[in-house]
Order: sequence, then structure tokens, then C-alpha cells
Amino acid sequence: MTPGARTGLEIGGAIIVAAVAAVYLPQLLELFALINATVWVSMAVLALSLGLVWGFGGILCFGQTAFFGLGGYTYAVASINFGDTTWAVPLALLLPTLLAAALGYLMFYGRISDVYMGVITLTTTLILFKFANSTAGDQWNIGEAPLGGFNGIPSTPPLNFPFAPDQQMVPEQIFVVAVICLAACYAIAKMVLRTRFGRVCVAIKENELRAELLGYDVRLHKLALFALSGLMAGLAGILFANCVFVSPTMFSLSYAGQVIIWVLVGGIGTLVGPVIGCVLVQWLTTYAGTLSWIDPNLLLGVVFMAAVLLVPKGLLPTASGLLAKLTGRGAA
Amino acid sequence: MDYAAVVALQILSGVATLVIVSLGLAVVFGMMRVINLAHGEFLMLGGYTAVLAYGRGVNLWIALLILPPIVVGLVGIVVERLLIRRLYGRMIDTMLATWGLSLALIGGVTMLFGNSVTGVSAPLGNFSVGQFHVSVYDIFLMFAAMALSMAVWAVLKFTPAGLLARGTMQNAEMASALGVAPDRVYAVTFAAGAALSGLAGGLIAPLSGVVPTMGTAFIAKAFITVITGGAAMLTGTLTASGLLGSVSTIFTFLTTPVFGEVALLIVAIVLLRLLPRGITGRFLRRSL
Repeated sequence: MTPGARTGLEIGGAIIVAAVAAVYLPQLLELFALINATVWVSMAVLALSLGLVWGFGGILCFGQTAFFGLGGYTYAVASINFGDTTWAVPLALLLPTLLAAALGYLMFYGRISDVYMGVITLTTTLILFKFANSTAGDQWNIGEAPLGGFNGIPSTPPLNFPFAPDQQMVPEQIFVVAVICLAACYAIAKMVLRTRFGRVCVAIKENELRAELLGYDVRLHKLALFALSGLMAGLAGILFANCVFVSPTMFSLSYAGQVIIWVLVGGIGTLVGPVIGCVLVQWLTTYAGTLSWIDPNLLLGVVFMAAVLLVPKGLLPTASGLLAKLTGRGAA
Repeated sequence: MDYAAVVALQILSGVATLVIVSLGLAVVFGMMRVINLAHGEFLMLGGYTAVLAYGRGVNLWIALLILPPIVVGLVGIVVERLLIRRLYGRMIDTMLATWGLSLALIGGVTMLFGNSVTGVSAPLGNFSVGQFHVSVYDIFLMFAAMALSMAVWAVLKFTPAGLLARGTMQNAEMASALGVAPDRVYAVTFAAGAALSGLAGGLIAPLSGVVPTMGTAFIAKAFITVITGGAAMLTGTLTASGLLGSVSTIFTFLTTPVFGEVALLIVAIVLLRLLPRGITGRFLRRSL
């Protein structure tokens, strides 16, 4: 099978899975479970955005939540002010992309090494977290939207159909939109990685010096990939804002950490892996929350330590490696 | 005039706190290139040790200064054995594993002691500068920060163990060829770093109150201070604490504590853009 056909097949598979989920899950699940599922899907988009930039660009961003939260906040503020979400969405995609581009310029053109990059991105999301937390009171209104400090913006409006402000979507429809967004992000990421640009990014991840000596502009490629992942994280933020509401926790250290854990558990260097990791860890977190005899943090922490020690490559690559070994042995 | 004196004292005490909470992390990162994200929880364990011991009638100073480093140092030995040792040379994996450890410690302590704030009140009382009151404990913390930095410096500079540690830090293979066991040096270093974190937890317990999640308030700041400081762990931490601590305290006075923290973070970002290898990557390179 040629790589092109393989990509086509994978994208086709993702579309089928998404279509099945979009058609059947709203009928199967109760309303609460469906809204929860939408949250998970939005988180999966966030995981995918980090999986792209970390697994294929070698850029470990500790503050992916900065773009996630900024997307959510922009969406909430803009749609309250416009009274219509049609233009709020593009704006909420643009701002995180610009933030990612600006940060990327600081980091990649400053040739900052990976640990320091982690610090800068983490710091950015913490700044936003602190700032968002301090915006209680009337002096912090943007137009008609109060930023609400610690409480966030509980009145975040749900999406409406384009150019029809009175036709708001119901949770079932928002779920379908979220699933479509996830499938689209997956397809876009797959296709980008097939282009010349995407392959140069992977080459840079493998050996930055060599790629640079071959004449590729390492800084520009990293910047562009980082901006794309910022855009996807912003989209995740919009979806999240639609099923919960925006609050400073979107920027928090625990969210920032969870994203990394999802990608790590699922498998770096894959795109499906982060999505699987996200769903698994979310499920585990929810399940742990219902147990009374053990603290959820304790359970999660032990799982993460075990994941790093036992499956350092992540679940998906480990599983497919095992599978290849088994079938290879079977054939021989 | 009095106001200026109080502000100056506050700046010094901000810097001192930063030095105290960063030093353990700096030792571990500077010597072993291991970023310990459970550093904040080591502080928390130190704080709990102090509060629990004091609650059982132990003398306050023993509870604050003696027991926390011992207990947390022992925890450090166990953690190094079970976790860190398996991940040497894999910086990102170490960060993630210690993050898991940090969550597990928060969860475990919550299960054992509950989620409420406990604490000891700051000892030593106040003295007044004009119409302002200044806590004597703040002054004590400044001297503690100085004493700790000097102790670390002296141990590294003048003791045989410090010599071995510095040699291993510079070139582990060469040290190994000369008959030093790097594993053992790393184990001792990690335990010493943990003990410093525990002591820091004991020292700040009277100021911050003790909750299972208290570590998260410090880990980001300590992490950023150490990275901004750069390769030379002691000089780096001291200069970075001096700069970031002053900026944060000055902005706290001018605006609000939140913007003080924001200013600290922004200065750190700009500084890393200008000096990508940290402060001591450019200045004072040959220092310790």
C-alpha cells in the first residue's frame, strides 16, 4: 500500500467512526451523558493538537491550555457582544493562532531549547490563569461580557446556526458538531503531514541540525506547525465552552498537565493515540471520582507513574508493536 | 521613609522566600539535570511534618527546622530508588513521572489528613518601624535563606563529598573511571535536594498554612526561578530569585498580588528570550 492510500484509508476510517458516533450516540445516551461525551470530544481535539505538535514537530508545549482557554474566552466574550456566534467562532480561532504565532516567534527565533520552551509555554498559561482569576468586578467587562474572575462566564451562549441568532443548537447538535470537528482536525493533521511541509517538520523533529544544514528554515516550519496546533486547541476551547462554560480552570496547571498525560499515555508520534489516551484517562478520572475509598488524585498519579515506567512509548505504539510481533511470528 | 524601609524589607523577604523554595529544586536540577515536579509536594510534606510534630507537643524549632528535612530526605531516598533511578537521562519522562508522583502525594495526603488548612502561627512576634508592623519571622527567613545558601556553597566547595558531587556533575563518565559510583552520588544528591525542600516546607509552614495542594502554589515559581537562573545552580538561583523576587514584590506594592505574580512570569519569559541559557549561561559562568 502506498503511503498516500494509507492516509486515505485512515482518514476514511476516522470519518466512518465519526459518522457512526454522530448518528447513534445521541440516541443511545441520556442528555447528561451526551454533554459529558461532548466534553470528552472537545478534550480529544485538545489532545490531538498537542499530539501533532509534540509527536511530529518535537515541540513539547506545556501550556497548550493557553490556546484552549483563550479560544473559549474569546468565543464567550465575542458571542455575548455580537449576540450571534457566527463571527465569534472565527475570531476565537484567530486569537489563539496569533498567540501561538507570537509565542512561537519568541521561542523558535530565539532558538530556545526544549526545557526552556516548556517553561515559557507553562508560564504563559499560568499568566492567563492568574489574570483570568483576578478579573472579578465591573471594571473587567469587555463590552457587555463580564469576565467574572474566579467564576468565569456562566452565561456562555451555545452555538447557533450560522447567521440565525435565534436558532440555538441543542446539545445533540452540538455533540454532532464536536464529532465533526474532531474528525476534521484528524483529517487535516493527517493531510498536512503528507505534504512537503509536514515531512520537513518530521525531519526537523528527527534531527534539527541536519534539516537546517539541508537548507530548510527550521524556525519557520516550527512556527507554522505550532500556530496550526494553537488553532486546533482554540477550536477545542470553543467546543468546551459550549458544553460547560468558560472559567479560569481552562488555563490551570492541572488541565495543562492532563493534556500531556493524555498524549503520553496514548502514544507520542501517533494521532489516534492522544485521542484514545484522552478518552481512557477521562474515563479513569470520572470513575475514580465515584470511588469513596481512594482519592482520585492518588489513583491518577499512580497510573501516570506506571505509564511512564512500563509503557514509555504509550499504549498505541506498544500495542501495535506487540501485534506486529505476534503476526510476524505467526507468519514465520 | 518608614514606608520605604518597609517596602525594602518586603522585597528582601520576597527574595528570601523564593530562594528558600527554589533551592532544593536547584540542587537536584543543577547536579542531576532532573526536573522534579514533585518538588512542591516535598515542600508540602515538610509542612505537614512540622505541623503534625508541633501538634504532638514537639518543640516548635525542632518541628520547623530539624524534623522536616529528615523526614522528607528519607522520602527522597525512597523516591530515587523506585522512580528517578529508572529514568536517568530521560528528562521529559522524569518530569512526567514526578508529576504523577506529585498527584499521588496530594491524593495520599488528602486521604490521610483531609483537605482542610492547618498551620502554626508565625513565632517571634512583630516589631514596629514607625507606624508599620513587621514580622520578626520574615527577618528570620532572610537569615535562613542566607545560611542555607552559604551551607550549600560550603558543602560543595570544601567537603570531600562536595568535590565528588561537583566532579560527577561535570563529567560523570570520568568520575566513574576514577572510581566514583555516580549512582550513589546521584542518590545522595537527590536525598539532599529533598531534604532542602522539606526544610523549606517547614520554614514556610507558618506563613502559608498547610494544605495538601500547597505545593502547586510554589512549584511553578520555583521551576521558573531555577530555569531562569541557568546552569550554575547556586549563583543562578540567587540572582534569579533576586531579580524575580524584587520585580514581583514591587509590582505587588504598585498594583495587586496577582499582577505581582504576572510581572514575575513576564520578566522570566523576556529574560529567557534574551538569555536563552539562563542568567548564568551568559554572566558569572564559572561560578557554582
